[in-house]
Amino acid sequence: MNDPGTSFIKKGDELRSEELIVNMGPQHPSTHGVLYLELRLDGETVVDCRVHIGYLHRSCEKIAENRTYTQFIPFTDRLDYIASMNNNLGYVLAVEKLLNLQVNDRVHYVRTIIAELNRIGSHLIGIGTFAQDLGAYATPMFYCFRDREIIVQLFDELCGGRLTYNYMRIGGVQTELPPHADKIIKDFIKYERAKLKEYNELLTYNAIFLARTKKIGILKPEVAINYSVTGPMLRASGVKWDLRKDEPYMIYDRFKFDVPVGKNGDSWDRFKVRLDEISESLKIVEQAIGGLPAGNAVSKINKVYKAPPGEAYLRTENPKGELGFYLVSDGGLKPYRNKIRSPSFSNIAVLPELIRGLNVSDAVCVLGSTDVVMGEIDR
Amino acid sequence: MMDLLLKSGMIVTFIAVSAMFLVWWERKISALIQNRMGPMIVGWHGALQTPADMLKLLLKENIVPSGIDKLSWWLAPFFVVVPAVMAFVTIPFSDKFIVHDLNIGILFVTSITSVCVLGIFMAGWGSNNKYSLLGGMRSAAQIISYEVPLLLSVVLIVMEAGTLSMQEIIRAQEHGWFILKPNLALAFLIYLISATAEVNRVPFDIPEAESELGAGYHTEYTGMKFAMFFLAEYTNLVIISAVTATLFLGGWQGPILPPVVWFLLKVYGVVFLLMWVRWTLPRVRMDQMMGFAWKFLTPVALLNLLISGWLMVR
Repeated sequence: MNDPGTSFIKKGDELRSEELIVNMGPQHPSTHGVLYLELRLDGETVVDCRVHIGYLHRSCEKIAENRTYTQFIPFTDRLDYIASMNNNLGYVLAVEKLLNLQVNDRVHYVRTIIAELNRIGSHLIGIGTFAQDLGAYATPMFYCFRDREIIVQLFDELCGGRLTYNYMRIGGVQTELPPHADKIIKDFIKYERAKLKEYNELLTYNAIFLARTKKIGILKPEVAINYSVTGPMLRASGVKWDLRKDEPYMIYDRFKFDVPVGKNGDSWDRFKVRLDEISESLKIVEQAIGGLPAGNAVSKINKVYKAPPGEAYLRTENPKGELGFYLVSDGGLKPYRNKIRSPSFSNIAVLPELIRGLNVSDAVCVLGSTDVVMGEIDR
Repeated sequence: MMDLLLKSGMIVTFIAVSAMFLVWWERKISALIQNRMGPMIVGWHGALQTPADMLKLLLKENIVPSGIDKLSWWLAPFFVVVPAVMAFVTIPFSDKFIVHDLNIGILFVTSITSVCVLGIFMAGWGSNNKYSLLGGMRSAAQIISYEVPLLLSVVLIVMEAGTLSMQEIIRAQEHGWFILKPNLALAFLIYLISATAEVNRVPFDIPEAESELGAGYHTEYTGMKFAMFFLAEYTNLVIISAVTATLFLGGWQGPILPPVVWFLLKVYGVVFLLMWVRWTLPRVRMDQMMGFAWKFLTPVALLNLLISGWLMVR
């Protein structure tokens, strides 16, 4: 809030009270997993904040060096475990780029539908837990989980998993969409559109919700870019940057959809952008399910792929932001190096900038609005 | 004397049963709002869930954290529960059933319930835990602030009824509940909002804001001592609902049904309203809440008092 240079508190000011160090986490109800925040409080104002990460480190990148390209797909599930499909997709696309593999149109369409559905699921969890952090006792959370359940059920039918799907394959997908998937998805689109209106009534324009989130944790566009913040957090700050539009991968250039952006970059904008993105994703799914071409989406699985020596970097727009996979091949069966660029890592790095000068309740609110997942921060 | 003892015994039983019932009811209502079933296993639709939980809490190990302020830590639960129970002395369940109709009834209730802030602060101070301390401090500030608009709206009722006795206030509403008069309806709203803050419920549950402070002032308590905080919370909920029913909704008055039934209906109606609010709204921030009390509720209550007083003496 107050830059040390322009602060109204002068040197030798006796009015300051003793600072209190509060360790928030690694086990704390609102740190979204095992995040550990070291807060220095002056009264209830956060003077400084240090983010400690690493409690969920599983050496995913090192493991990748000892696995074949196919074997690493399940590990990507565990990065951002709320959007496993999107992680699968990002990795598979990177491998396909490295192998220079072309896939047919149906694969693209099925992947798009699944990825966008999972984006909706991820955003639903994001807004649900955010409302929970603001003290709306579990109710919005349950509503969001109820909606997500339809998606999860569909994924369960597809691949037998409800959280970690392991669905995308190099050169295709694991199974075809079930015959009634068309009906389920179309019903869901209609259902969810009605529910989004309900969420606007319950939360978005609720007076208490507005008072709690408006002008709280303002992220300026230039700060966001300096910290390489991506995804809804960046777009909430007013930067119109969406890889699906600006650097279209797969077939995203065939669909009509908007990129919602915020004005002020505050917590409310971050919430609203996520809510709007759900309806944009619904549009994409609607178009994709309408234009689904016939064909075969299931890939013939090779046990191993031998990549030519070289490197490939591919980034995709995940629900949380840009997910990049940098693969280096030395011509063997396993990658020489697999570097993962995870969106939440950059998004959490900007947190101290956001919550300095706010009070503890607002710090929780801002943390909730960043919607980070520890699985991909620590990898 | 025997009569008094009998009535006291009945009141204590009522408090215990009512708290148990309310815990179950709250869980069922929240489940209804959230598309869930709620407790279903123990007893009919989970009706015996609370006794089972109570039993569990009784059998739990009593953990005493190190570095506590022993006296205040041990006494705190009693300071929270005892005032809540004592407040029932002047709650009129029917025209006949009241432990003692003090001539300062409403003053007694409001003053005795504000003692519990002492217990909450003692719990926060004695626990040797930063979260508890923050929770306790917040609670003290909150309860003291909201006492002001709460009392100002009660004063209006006293002016209207011309008495402090609970039974007399109810009798004054024989020809129409106080909530039906516009200035008293405003007082009703102010009272209900302040009372919600007094009992630390959403949207004013800041002392125990779990997403910020863990469990707030009772973080370090286990077993029966924790259960006492829980008991006090629900007892206070009944008290504010009972006072609301008495002051604004005509107390035990009503046609056909016996007075006790009418009274309980009104009390649990208000309780349902508060529960509904709790499971719907987010929480306000500490400074916003204090600002709301001092910059909005108190001036409005004062203005309401001033105008109503002027209209009365005119």
